[in-house]
Amino acid sequence: MNTRRTLLALAAGVAFGGFVSYASAQEVYIPLISKGFQHQFWQAVKQGADQAAKDYKVRVTFEGPETEQQVDKQIDMLSAALAKNPKALGFAALDSKAAIPLLKKAQAAKIPVIAFDSGVDSDIVVTTAQTDSVAAAALAADKMAEKIGGAGEVAVIGHDQTSTTGTGRRDGFVNRIKSKYPNIKVVDIQYGGGDHLKSAEIAKTLAQAHPKIKGIFGTNEGSAIGAGKGIKEAKKTGIVIIGFDSGKLQKDMINDGTIAGAITQNPVGIGYKTVEAAVKTLKGEKLPKIIDTGFYYYDKSNMKDPKIAAVLYD
Amino acid sequence: MSQTESANPLMRRLSGGQAKQKLLAFASLIALMVVFTVLKPDAFMTQDNIIGILQSTTVIGVLAIASTFIIITSGIDLSVGVLMTFCAVMAGVFLVNLGLPLPVGVVGAIVVGALCGVVSGLAITRLKVPPFIATLGMMMLLKGASLIITGTRPIYFSDVTGFDQISLGSVIGHVFPSMPIPNGVLILFMVAVLSAIVLNKTALGRYTFALGSNEEAVRLSGVNVNRWKVIIYAFGGGICGIAGLLIASRLNSAQPALGQGYELDAIAAVVIGGTSLSGGTGTILGTIIGAFIMSVLINGLRIMSVAQEWQMVLTGLIIILAVYTDNLRRGKS
Repeated sequence: MNTRRTLLALAAGVAFGGFVSYASAQEVYIPLISKGFQHQFWQAVKQGADQAAKDYKVRVTFEGPETEQQVDKQIDMLSAALAKNPKALGFAALDSKAAIPLLKKAQAAKIPVIAFDSGVDSDIVVTTAQTDSVAAAALAADKMAEKIGGAGEVAVIGHDQTSTTGTGRRDGFVNRIKSKYPNIKVVDIQYGGGDHLKSAEIAKTLAQAHPKIKGIFGTNEGSAIGAGKGIKEAKKTGIVIIGFDSGKLQKDMINDGTIAGAITQNPVGIGYKTVEAAVKTLKGEKLPKIIDTGFYYYDKSNMKDPKIAAVLYD
Repeated sequence: MSQTESANPLMRRLSGGQAKQKLLAFASLIALMVVFTVLKPDAFMTQDNIIGILQSTTVIGVLAIASTFIIITSGIDLSVGVLMTFCAVMAGVFLVNLGLPLPVGVVGAIVVGALCGVVSGLAITRLKVPPFIATLGMMMLLKGASLIITGTRPIYFSDVTGFDQISLGSVIGHVFPSMPIPNGVLILFMVAVLSAIVLNKTALGRYTFALGSNEEAVRLSGVNVNRWKVIIYAFGGGICGIAGLLIASRLNSAQPALGQGYELDAIAAVVIGGTSLSGGTGTILGTIIGAFIMSVLINGLRIMSVAQEWQMVLTGLIIILAVYTDNLRRGKS
């Protein structure tokens, strides 16, 4: 039995050896440790990374824990990735504080780390490839102004007031309205924690308190969906809602006209720019601290456009 | 308990079958390591990576030890992963929110774990809820409780001096600078040794085996079965408290939403190590080897850059294979 089990183990070893692509000694290997891998958003990031790997002739792998709570599993992945002596590393931290000891190890081994999707609270990372929240929300403001005819009252339902995405999207929207559209007034900013129900209650209250309100900007998926629900429940019509990100419910609401349109990030671009930044760093190029990975506005009319459809998720 | 009742499981343990099983599991572990070393010599067998494997086994290893006791009684505890998180959160409450001294927080987390085990045990023995359901309920309850207590945000231990040393410091490395084995690993082995002693040398261990072999016989011989069951679940819960401290220390934070699914990894380690889900047999050494087989496998596949989907497929196959070969051996012996 002893030999049988050993043989089985060896057979298994040989079998999975077959899954591994041939690796030459000179090839540049860049592992990407992501926040997840099953989710459509992360699959789109992976797709971008694979494309960049092809364009720049490097090898990338893409891994992430099964849920965005498994901080310890992500750290195990980071640890295994570092053991492979990669040339560079892409990392989307679930909890950047927990990863600092390993990132320091990478720094000591002179492995440049490119953060993607969200930043790391440390100057160990070379650059961060992420959506420019301020610019993306400014586009939302432009679309809002266009839909309400450049005048009237609008409000913001934010998802939180502490995170960089929360503040960036809020300020990007508010500042663009202030600087470019003097006839539009932001009458209220409320926070619903990205929770559908809370955001819906806020939207209802907004409609009550400001009967002349013409538009609401929901700064993430939950905020936008909540805004849509609230306005529907309040039986208000003619209020323009601009959302953020995608998700099935939000897409449905865009299709049935509850939400006018939304800003989507570009996960494919996040993956592509991460690998590109790693390659450039290895060539000794100087990179900015933040690399904007792009964003799009989408609505019913262009949702099926392949470029847009590729970055939307359910 | 009469002599005949206790002799049965005792004889089984001493008959040598278990020694053989341990040898088999150990051989599989070595075989896996040899395969990975041959396929990826420059990355797998490096000091950093071996320490990485040891480190990644600590939490699941400790949870698997807790599960071993309960599975030997022919019970099951689905709450171990989430209980670990709850204990980590409570450590955060004690040390960060209340600012209690480190030793109080450490003991507090373990006591919380044991108390939760008592609750599970009482639900099983007094309310007659089957272990699967009782601990499933505990799992949901504790998950919610962790989220409520923390307001769904992690508690950071950055200001608790020395807390990260529980897992990440290295007493061994202090004495032998060439072997920076983290304290978490040391704690895993200490828990393993102590648990093996409890399982094999104490009344608690004897009743653990006896309950799994023939609960009715134990009851008829006048033993307070319910009391011992509660004690065993409490013991398991206390060990989950240690796992909670390990993971909180490693992440320097209590992550309230983490932990679900870890009970299944722990159960997998237990059965790979030769403990039968029908109860009555099992060893701590087997469980530890089982836990290492899992983490070596996952680490090795990562080192080989096997696609993540395939890692899952292969891990699943290996678990089935391990238990199958174990059954073959049992069938023939």
